Amino acid sequence: MTKDQVAELEGRAKEIRVLTIDAIGHLGVGHIGGAMSVADLLALLYFRRMDVDPKDPRRADRDQLVLSKGHAGPALYATLALKGYFPIEWLRTLNVGGTALPSHCDRNRTPGIDMTTGSLGQGISAACGIALGNRLASVGSRVYCVIGDGECDEGQVWEAAMFAAHYKLDRLTTFVDRNGMQIDGRTDEIMALGSLAAKWRAFGWFVQEVDGHDMGAMDGAIGAAALELGRPSMIILDTIKGKGFSIGEGKVESHNMSFGAEEAKKAIAALEGR
Amino acid sequence: MEKKEMRAAYAETLIELGRENPDIVVLEADLMRATGTASFAKAFPDRAFNAGVAEANMVGVASGLSAAGRIPFAATFGSFAGRRDYDQFFLSANYARLNVKLVGTDPGVTAKYNGGTHMPFEDLVLMRAIPGLCVLEPSDPVSLAALVRRSAELYGCVYIRMPRGSADILYPSSESFEIGKSKVLRRGKDVAIFALGALMVGEAIKAAEGLALRGMAASVIDVLSLKPLDLDTLFALARETGRVVSCENGQASGGLGGAIAEYLLEEGIPIKFARIGVRDEFGEVGTQEYLQERFGLTARKIEEAALSLA
Ligand SMILES: Cc1ncc(C[n+]2csc(CCOP(=O)(O)OP(=O)(O)O)c2C)c(N)n1
Repeated sequence: MTKDQVAELEGRAKEIRVLTIDAIGHLGVGHIGGAMSVADLLALLYFRRMDVDPKDPRRADRDQLVLSKGHAGPALYATLALKGYFPIEWLRTLNVGGTALPSHCDRNRTPGIDMTTGSLGQGISAACGIALGNRLASVGSRVYCVIGDGECDEGQVWEAAMFAAHYKLDRLTTFVDRNGMQIDGRTDEIMALGSLAAKWRAFGWFVQEVDGHDMGAMDGAIGAAALELGRPSMIILDTIKGKGFSIGEGKVESHNMSFGAEEAKKAIAALEGR
Repeated sequence: MEKKEMRAAYAETLIELGRENPDIVVLEADLMRATGTASFAKAFPDRAFNAGVAEANMVGVASGLSAAGRIPFAATFGSFAGRRDYDQFFLSANYARLNVKLVGTDPGVTAKYNGGTHMPFEDLVLMRAIPGLCVLEPSDPVSLAALVRRSAELYGCVYIRMPRGSADILYPSSESFEIGKSKVLRRGKDVAIFALGALMVGEAIKAAEGLALRGMAASVIDVLSLKPLDLDTLFALARETGRVVSCENGQASGGLGGAIAEYLLEEGIPIKFARIGVRDEFGEVGTQEYLQERFGLTARKIEEAALSLA
C-alpha cells in the first residue's frame, strides 16, 4: 500500500468511529468499546479488501463478513453506510423500535449484513458453513469472520476451529479482536486465554499476529492469508478497547457505556483533533 | 410505590445465604457486573467463579459442584440460560438429580436494546419441559429474596427468571412465600387475571383498576411459581369467576397460558379464557414501552382481553 492509500483508509476508519460514536451517543447507550477496537479492520476490509457491491448486497460471489462479536454491529453499520449500502441518516435510528439497525447484526434487517449474530460463539461456525457452501458452489470468494477474545471462551469457537482445519477451509480468514477485555474485566483475570497464537496453531490454522490499528500490517497479513492453501487463516489483532473514544479508551467500562449527545460531541472533537 | 433493584435483592440474599451456609457458591459467565453478584464475590472470594463467556461449561461445572456437595447459583441472560446451556442443565443437572439453581436475567421485553438475539420469549417453555424442575418468576424484590432462599433450602434444580432493574415492592418484608404457591393480590368476582413476573403483575394490577371503572371486578393472581403451578388457587378462582386471563412476558403458548389451559380443561372446569403473551414471534430491539406495545404486553391489552370474555 502507498502512503496515500494508508492515509485514505485511516480517514475512513476515523469516519467510522465518528459515526459510531454519534449513533450511540444519540441513543444514549451502547457497545462502544468493542466497536471502536475493530473500526480500523472494518475500514480496511470494506474499502480495500472485500469484493462487494452495495447495489447488490446478496450477490452470490461476493466476499462476506460474519461479525461473530455481533455487539459491534454499530461500527459495521457505519462502515456499510459509508460504503453506500444505505443512507447515513439511518445510523441515528440505532435500536429505535422498528429500526433496520439493531444492536446486534441481523441479516434480515440490514442491507449488507451477511449473517445474524449476537449469541457469542455462533458466528464463526456460520462462517465455516458459508465457506463450505461457497466451495460446494464453486464460488471462489473469501469469507471473513471477526471474533472477540472474550468470545474465545465459548467452546463452540474451538469446535469451529477444528472443523475449519479438518475441512481445509482456506478461503476463511478469521480475526480475533484481542483487546484484552471482556465485560467483567481483563481477559487474563476473567478467563485466561494463554497463548492464543499457539492454540490456533495447534488447531491447524495459519496464524499471524499484527497490530490491529496498523493498516499496513493488517493488509500484509490479509494478503499472506489469501496465499495460504489447505488451511484456514487466523489473524490475531492486538487492539485497544474503545480506541479513539476519549471517554472510554482502554477502559473495561467502555464495553456497554451510557453517554449522551454532548459527550459524543466532545469525543468526536477530540478524535478529529488528533 | 417504593422500588428496589431486583439484582440487588438477589445479591443481598446470596450474601446472607452465603454467611449461613458455606456450601453456597456462585457462578457467572462474564455477566457478574450485570447480575450484581460482584458483591458476593467480594464477600466470599473463594466461593464465586467466573466461567467467562461459556454458559454451557458454567452449568456443567455447577452440576459437578453440586455432585461434590455444594449448592451452586449460576446466572446468565435468560436467552442463554434457556438456550445455550439447555442440554447441560437438562442432563448434567436435572436428569442427574443434582441441585443446581439457574437464574435467567432480562426476561422477555426487558432485554430492550439487546434485541431479538437476547430476548427470551422461550425460556419458560423450555424449562417447563424438564421433569421435576421448579420454575419461578418472582414479581418483586421481596418475593425474589424469599424464593431464592426457598430454592437454597430445597434439594433439587430450580430455574429463576429475574429482571435486573428496579421493580415495585409489592409485599411487606414479613410476607412468607413457598415454591408452588401463588398470591391473590386482589379479589373480584368477574374475572381472574393470572400474571407471571414483575412486568405482567404490574400491568395486571393496572388493568384490574381500569376494569373496575368499567364495572368488571377482577381478581389478580401473582403466579410466582409456573411449575409447580398452584392448582388449588387456579381451580378455585376459575370456578368462582368463570373467566380467566393469563399474562406472561414470553410466548403465550407453552408457558403460563399453556399450563392454565391444560389444567383447566383436564379438570373439566368450563371457563372463558384469553391469553396475553407473545404470539409466535421473535423479539426485537426497542425501548421497553415500544416492545410492550409491539407484543401486546400492556394493561390495555389485558383489559380488552378481560372485557372480551364478558
Ligand atoms: C452466548 C453469549 N453470552 C453472553 C453474551 C453477553 N456478552 C456480550 S459481549 C460479551 C463480552 C465479549 O467480550 P469480547 O468477545 O472480548 O468482546 P469485545 O471486548 O471485543 O467487545 C458478553 C459476555 C453474549 N452476547 N452471548
